[in-house]
Formats: sequence, C-alpha cells, structure tokens
Amino acid sequence: MPTLFLVTAAIILVAVLIALYRVLTGPAIIDRIIGANVIGTKTIAIILLIGYIFDRIEFFIDIAVLYALINFIGTLTLSRYFERKGLHRGENVG
Amino acid sequence: MTTLAVMLIGFGVFFLFMGAVGLIRFPDFCTRMHAAGKCDTLGSLLLLAGLACYSGVTLASVKILVIALFIFLTSPTATHAIARVALRHNMTSWLEENQ
Repeated sequence: MPTLFLVTAAIILVAVLIALYRVLTGPAIIDRIIGANVIGTKTIAIILLIGYIFDRIEFFIDIAVLYALINFIGTLTLSRYFERKGLHRGENVG
Repeated sequence: MTTLAVMLIGFGVFFLFMGAVGLIRFPDFCTRMHAAGKCDTLGSLLLLAGLACYSGVTLASVKILVIALFIFLTSPTATHAIARVALRHNMTSWLEENQ
C-alpha cells in the first residue's frame, strides 16, 4: 500500500511541474494566479500522501489544514489586489 | 474498504492530472480556469475521500473529510474571485480574438 501512495504522489508531482510551467510562462497575470491556486490544491494532497507514507498522518493533517487556509487566503488576496490595481503595468483603475 | 479507497484515489489522481494537462493545453484564460477550477475540486474531493476510506473511522479520517469540505467550499470561491478580476478588466477571450 505505501507503493500506491508513492506512485500517486509522483503522478501529482508531475502535475505540479506542469502547472509550474504555466505559472512561469503564463501570458497574463491571471494565468499565473490560476497556476498558483492549482499548485496549492495539489500540495494538500501531496502532504496527506506523505503523512500516509511515513505513517505519521496525525501530524501531517494539521499541516494540510493550515495549507488549505493559506492557499485560499492567498488566492483571494492576490485577486483582490489585482482587481484594484489593474492587470497591466501603470494602469490604475481605483 | 481498501478496494473502494484504491478506486477513489485512482479517479482523484486522474482528475488532478487531467486538470494540469488542461491548464497547459487550453488556449485562453477562460478555458484554463474551467479546467483548473472544476478538475481540481473534483480530483481533490475524490482523493481525500479515498484517503479517509483507507484509514477507516478514526479522528484522522474525520479531519480529512473536514479538509475535503473546506476545499469543496473554497476552491470555487477562489476561481470565482479570479474570474471577476478578468471580467472587471475586460480581458478578451479566445473566441472574441478569432472572430
């Protein structure tokens, strides 16, 4: 069963790398925010899988809860910031 | 119970991976948001439900289900906030550019 968790974590890690490509080369700021949100969601799954692999799930669950909170608040903060500031450099919508 | 857990984890990983593929293959931000928002929510829910099934009825599985409920509420909210930024700033979609 730990082998299944390892393979699962490896597949999700490949998906994180694909999303990281979108974050690095995204044409607009919105694409980068979407990529960061996707990476955060996948990281929760990876943290829980690591907890099952090391058989320490009680510790890693709390880290996963914290990460879910930080991911949500970070995405909301970024979108609020760019909603007010404008997506292009020098633009100020107010 | 273990068979159900393996099936749920497999489907969850499938949806998470397809969400990432859609994120890199689709042409504009609307379709990317479509792939990222929905595939991520469903994949995370299935994967976390599979992990909760694997450990049975314990405190850990209840906490995992609470995380799944939190993701189910917050991931569409975050996608909605991002989409509202694009709407406010009049970003053109792929269809409008090709007309």
